[in-house]
Amino acid sequence: MAKPDPLPRISRRASLQWMLGATAALATPEASLHAAPPPTAKGYGPDPSMVTLYKPGDVWPLTLSEPQRRTTRALCDLILPADETSPAASALGVPDFIDEWISSPYPAQAADRPLLLEGLAWLDEDAVRRCGKPFADLTAGQQEAIANDLATLPPAPEHKRAAAFFKRFRDLTAGGYYTTPEGSRTLGYVGNLPLASFEGPPPEALRHVGLI
Amino acid sequence: MPVITPDTLQDSYDVVIVGSGAGGGQTAYTLTMEGVKVLLLEAGRSFDVQSEAAMLQWPSQAPLRGERTPDKQYGFHDCSIHSGWEIPGEPYTNANADPGSQFKWWRQRMMGGRTNHWGRISLRNGPFDFKPHTRWGLGFDWPIGYDDLAPYYDKVEMLIGVFGTSEGIENSPDSPPGVLLPAPKLRVGELYARKHGARAGARIVSIHRAVLTQPQDAEGIPQKLHPGNAKAQRILRESMATRAPCFWATDCHRGCAIRANYDSQTVHLRPALQTGNLDILPNAMVREVTVGKDGKATGVTFIDKTTGREGHARGRAVVLAASAMESVRLLLNSTSNLFPQGLANSSGKVGKYITDSVSSSLGAHIPAFEGMPVHNEDGAGPHAYVPWTRHAQNRKGAFGFPGGYHLEFTTGRQMPSLQVVSGIDSRAGSATVLFGRKLREEARRFYGAQLGFGAQGTMLPNDDCYTELDPVLKDQWGIPVLRFHWKWSDFELNQVRHQQAHIRELLEALGGKVSGKADPDPRDAIRQGGTVIHEVGGAIMGHDPASSVSNPWSQAWDVKNLFFADGAPFASTADKNPTLTIMALAWRMADHLLSELKHQNL
Repeated sequence: MAKPDPLPRISRRASLQWMLGATAALATPEASLHAAPPPTAKGYGPDPSMVTLYKPGDVWPLTLSEPQRRTTRALCDLILPADETSPAASALGVPDFIDEWISSPYPAQAADRPLLLEGLAWLDEDAVRRCGKPFADLTAGQQEAIANDLATLPPAPEHKRAAAFFKRFRDLTAGGYYTTPEGSRTLGYVGNLPLASFEGPPPEALRHVGLI
Repeated sequence: MPVITPDTLQDSYDVVIVGSGAGGGQTAYTLTMEGVKVLLLEAGRSFDVQSEAAMLQWPSQAPLRGERTPDKQYGFHDCSIHSGWEIPGEPYTNANADPGSQFKWWRQRMMGGRTNHWGRISLRNGPFDFKPHTRWGLGFDWPIGYDDLAPYYDKVEMLIGVFGTSEGIENSPDSPPGVLLPAPKLRVGELYARKHGARAGARIVSIHRAVLTQPQDAEGIPQKLHPGNAKAQRILRESMATRAPCFWATDCHRGCAIRANYDSQTVHLRPALQTGNLDILPNAMVREVTVGKDGKATGVTFIDKTTGREGHARGRAVVLAASAMESVRLLLNSTSNLFPQGLANSSGKVGKYITDSVSSSLGAHIPAFEGMPVHNEDGAGPHAYVPWTRHAQNRKGAFGFPGGYHLEFTTGRQMPSLQVVSGIDSRAGSATVLFGRKLREEARRFYGAQLGFGAQGTMLPNDDCYTELDPVLKDQWGIPVLRFHWKWSDFELNQVRHQQAHIRELLEALGGKVSGKADPDPRDAIRQGGTVIHEVGGAIMGHDPASSVSNPWSQAWDVKNLFFADGAPFASTADKNPTLTIMALAWRMADHLLSELKHQNL
């Protein structure tokens, strides 16, 4: 497979412009997403090298602006923060995966793009409105308060779209996290290791379900 | 003789085979081991499973965590290239606009065909499966019975390596002692289902799969398979010695670089090439079978996909193993003054009587599995299944459908996918979308606590499921494409209703909390025609040239040097997966072809 071009991310200047636009669009939150260009990149085609170790950005350009990435990183780490034994989502590259996802040229992911971009803008707008700062600059407690409003089931009518964003973002973050080698281990997956023999379930597993 | 290009094609071969999958591979193996000069054409490119299969890569090392895309329709690491339901430049059509009455057609354009990502489940058809008309008054009896095929099942199982146990289950035949490899130990979910599923009438036993659980008997098996043929014995011995047993990790669908599982190249084509009697021509899209004035096949016309140029390969006999529907398409596109309706179609039955496995599935959360002690249960794909054991109850069709179905498991602490936390909030009874510490705790608690069953059942042929040439549309090479007709009969819908009720009962016997509503509309629950990728028929075998396309040897009635080695001759679909039977039929056909060649009958 041809080596893909290096991926220029949106410049700082463009980012600042975006940030200004996002803040200005407080009253009409959906206006900001129309600024986001739809991905025009190509996919990997019907015959990609399957053994190559890819990382987000290797096949198509990542398209989140720096402010969007900051918000993404903050939300990923609110959803899966580090604890005593597990790394945070950002330490396992989950924000890059989210960027890869929303930048994908394929239809299933492209359909997620408006919701996710709109939601990131909404988060910052809500953060600015509540605390005068973008989401990433809030304290953990402030971030959690915003997230709690979106996490309610069923969602509050005034938060319906933002709540849909939060649920989708949560699913992608968790999925992106647990599909890494390190993340899968925190879930209790200990496979993908060649073994000399398959010994079946250990006694403690059999005891757990009452089979011994 | 090696992998060649059109420039190095020989003037003529004894046998020309179209397709490199299970049937084409088996035919090439059987013939070349006996000294027959064979050309095998494959529409896809050469593929090296040793260097190209992604065995231990993690989802995070693939674009989009390996999720399905239009370019990789079974996911990024699935061992399939140039494959899919929809392939650019290679369309097909459906006569009916209703998705429930459409057929979806999987094509796999690569060396080894669908065997690269096959599930490797290798169940023998049973005696009842060959005689549905006798048993049910429906469909057609095959012109052969289980006893005709049993020796070939033995041989195929020894050659490819199949694990499993012999359980003495009616219509799910045992293998003779020494044929099967030891079955792997069952997982905790499989054992739990075996214990508690008995209450729902389910008998759970080891499944049969084409995976080596120990090295093959490279001394004994070659002597049994090739008595008196020292060269074939040596080649097979050497081939078997290159296959390592399973190392109990990775999904078989990714392909197996250590050759522990079966694919056509690993088991069939490598030793066949070693004989020096096989040429393989990749990137060759066959357009039609050519016929001489005497009405016999003379070879095939193909398009070299690398140049777009047309070529012709000559042979004394032609074997179609292009996949059932592709072989039908070839016949229908091979028209001439002698065969205006398409080749081998004097009966008008080419393309008729397509069947697929009747399938639906249902899953549940099993509370008993929550918080399971951490352990590695990758294993080798499914280790257990639920065979159909209700022959007596359904003998007179009391269930509203002929035949039966088996259940395959999805269970275990498998490599997490992007959907690993799907449904977690409701499962945890949470009033919020979980995040933070609580998400971690619940994800860990519920991981691996899902168990599901997929049913695969009998489908007998009907007049509404068939294919023909589309009157207008052509593919990118100008070859007319297929148009499908598909309609479920009440038998399939009744069976799916039964499947859903039975699986629910079984899951509830395990204490499962079943997702999905009870008694769903079977039209919603049934998997769309073709999507199990078990489609067979279209050139069915029979006793009567007026009502079948091929004779009991998978030999075309109308063209005596034309044979079938894929699913096309199947006269119905059993509740068993078809690939093992495709191989057994292909070996039997190839033995017949050898005999016909030897006796100058072609």
